Amino acid sequence: MVPKAPTICSIVVESKPSAVVEICKQIMAKLEANRFGKDDIFAVHLTLEEAFLNAVKHGNKMDPTKKVAVEYSVDSEKVEIAITDEGSGFEPDAIADPRFGEKLFEPGGRGLLLMNSYMDVVEYNQRGNRVRMVRYREKPDFTKSRSGMKT
Amino acid sequence: MAAIKPMISVEYVGNATVVRFTDEKILEEKDIKILQDSIMPIIESASGGINLILDFGNVQYLSSAVLGLLIRVSKRIYENDGRLRLCSINPKIYEIFKITRLTKTFDIYKDIESAAEDLS
Repeated sequence: MVPKAPTICSIVVESKPSAVVEICKQIMAKLEANRFGKDDIFAVHLTLEEAFLNAVKHGNKMDPTKKVAVEYSVDSEKVEIAITDEGSGFEPDAIADPRFGEKLFEPGGRGLLLMNSYMDVVEYNQRGNRVRMVRYREKPDFTKSRSGMKT
Repeated sequence: MAAIKPMISVEYVGNATVVRFTDEKILEEKDIKILQDSIMPIIESASGGINLILDFGNVQYLSSAVLGLLIRVSKRIYENDGRLRLCSINPKIYEIFKITRLTKTFDIYKDIESAAEDLS
């Protein structure tokens, strides 16, 4: 049975890459309980890994004394995840596009691109140490409300 | 077929060395380090340039860190006058290559046979 009320969870974990495994397990279970499809599960799995690793590596700089906070909610319409680290933050617009020029041949720098590609909303707080991501199961069709066209 | 480390297996098809990722998920940094430590010696130990095929047939999930590993492997191979081909990438993983435009960088084949044929 699909739960009607959103499930909201908040967890604070150690700042180490392996800590994402348990969080991932929890969120994937919620997605399955809410009957999200394989594409959604793949997308959320990927972006959760990328965002969490960014928090541990680039935010908390692999400092084991720091923590990562993860809040998530899943309902039948969407999944929402927010990840906060204890770092000084970053400026997302300052990150070069890894798809062009010499960047294409560099080993790193593709995590944000994948997050932006697979999630419908990716936004940061002003400090740049918290990312909030949303993926909708059924994409809202904005063209309908704008033009009144029927498809 | 010889198992080198838990995460890869190695076999030989024609004049190509085929490294197959055996895990369904390749995500964690430590796993990627293990893979790198397994694959680089194979490249280094080849006399002359290696013809390497990386088989993704078992892989269902990977992270951007794996793409970084592939870039490093690719550079090492070309430094040693070798050739690299990727194969058996499922559609969801292929989408990641398309998004990142790495389809422009890597030669990707449907299966081991077609990759090996290209290298023969």
